[in-house]
Amino acid sequence: MSEYVFEIKGLVKNFGKNEVLKGIDLSVKQGEVVSIIGASGSGKSTFLRCLNLLEQPTGGNILYHGECITDKSFNIRSYRTKVGMVFQQFNLFNNMTVLKNCMIGQQTVLKRSKEEAKANALKYLEKVGMAQFIDAKPRQLSGGQKQRVAIARSLAMDCEVILFDEPTSALDPEMVGEVLLVMKDLAESGLTMLVVTHEMQFAKDVSSRVIFMDNGVIAEDDKPEVIFDSPSNPRTREFLYRILNKDI
Amino acid sequence: MSFFEKIAYIWQKYSATLFSGVGTTILLALVGTLMGLLIGILIGIVRTLPPSKNKFVNGLMKVVNFILAIYIEVFRGTPMMVQAMVIFYGYAKLTGIMLPVIASGLVIVSINTGAYMAEIVRGGIISIDKGQFEGAQSIGMSHWQLMFHVIIPQVLRNILPSVSNEFVINIKDTSVLNVIYVTELFFMAKLTASDTNMVLETYVIVSVMYLAMTFTVTRLLRLVERLLEGKNNYTIHGSQSDPRAEIKVTKEA
Ligand SMILES: Nc1ncnc2c1ncn2[C@@H]1O[C@H](COP(=O)(O)OP(=O)(O)O)[C@@H](O)[C@H]1O
Ligand SMILES: [Mg+2]
Repeated sequence: MSEYVFEIKGLVKNFGKNEVLKGIDLSVKQGEVVSIIGASGSGKSTFLRCLNLLEQPTGGNILYHGECITDKSFNIRSYRTKVGMVFQQFNLFNNMTVLKNCMIGQQTVLKRSKEEAKANALKYLEKVGMAQFIDAKPRQLSGGQKQRVAIARSLAMDCEVILFDEPTSALDPEMVGEVLLVMKDLAESGLTMLVVTHEMQFAKDVSSRVIFMDNGVIAEDDKPEVIFDSPSNPRTREFLYRILNKDI
Repeated sequence: MSFFEKIAYIWQKYSATLFSGVGTTILLALVGTLMGLLIGILIGIVRTLPPSKNKFVNGLMKVVNFILAIYIEVFRGTPMMVQAMVIFYGYAKLTGIMLPVIASGLVIVSINTGAYMAEIVRGGIISIDKGQFEGAQSIGMSHWQLMFHVIIPQVLRNILPSVSNEFVINIKDTSVLNVIYVTELFFMAKLTASDTNMVLETYVIVSVMYLAMTFTVTRLLRLVERLLEGKNNYTIHGSQSDPRAEIKVTKEA
């Protein structure tokens, strides 16, 4: 077993002739919270989607606990139960209640009994503060509530890592806080997290590392205080200047 | 005899004959629509399979998809009456055995409807947002699992008006199966008309029977539609002040 959860080496992803990821190298340790920032179109989503194999990498290697996830013999479905994903648009199952949303994966993929799945789902719905709403359908919830259910859905699989792709970008401003609070809790509980975000305060306060992606490569990778206070790459400085100025 | 006397006469002497035709027509339309829907769903699931890592499986998929495309084109592009003739007499010629007519009828309506349903289901699947597929994949669900538990239930609800439409079409269009001697309503009507020589009156009665069937089916399926929409209310378990509170909420989509 390797000490790293992920070891990513020279990851390349092309869409046709468009080279979107141009060789990404990154290693992530157990319990690390890595924020990924960067301009729109720099390849952040594509990077996360390659990690979950929603996109097939064109080249390079992604090792999960030392195992190459693109190997033919690699069990993708069991891997995905370990590496959850939370999307900007929530992607809940519209035909199911909140409870069922958090049970169905456990029952079908992990083959857990109904009782076991329910107990586990309730545990995590409690954790994200949605236990009151188990009978509601997604269409009856606010964006923030939906996102918390989506987080519980991944947690209920007893995942080890969650990949967040702009989890608060589709939310009304007053709902961003409740989701970030849940994420902060998870970070403190030791979950390994990769978070693509435009919430610079979250990146600064919660993450153990911040990565600045620029044009398909990792342009800078350092502790949050270094990235935000004294970035070495002029592109990082430029990006932060734009983002933070806009925000203030 | 006046028009109404003739109607009364036919009703008295031939209603049993005509109603047995009604029974057969309903059987054909019901089985044809349900089997057609099943065929449509299976095709829909197969055609949306993600590409496999295995080259051989991928090649096989291409062949299967090609055959399915031909099936859909052929059965949507030729009249059911012609399909009935070709299948019924073709089968007899190839095997030397005559299929029972009712079995032939059921098979023909089913595969004919299946070709239409395949397209209806495909439209239904496309209309579900891609995010729900990815949400299911991201927790490890297989294509069949996510289709069965997440996508198809929503597709069924969305395409119900089209399914209802196919059902109504089947009630009417199975009349063409009289060419292979299926004893559905139109076949029985022809029999009655030639027995009694009261053509107009027979077909007036038969029109009313068709109308009664189609009307009932549309209303019934409208009801099913409403049931499938599901509850719009739910219960919140516990509030900030009282953890045991049960609050009923009614909130529209
Ligand atoms: N499925 C796809 N097909 C073709 N091009 C894509 C696809 N997904 C993303 N891209 C392209 O990849 C680039 C990076 O996109 P993305 O990873 O979404 O960036 P970010 O998340 O940083 O905004 C963009 O130029 C986008 O147009
Ligand atoms: Mg993105």
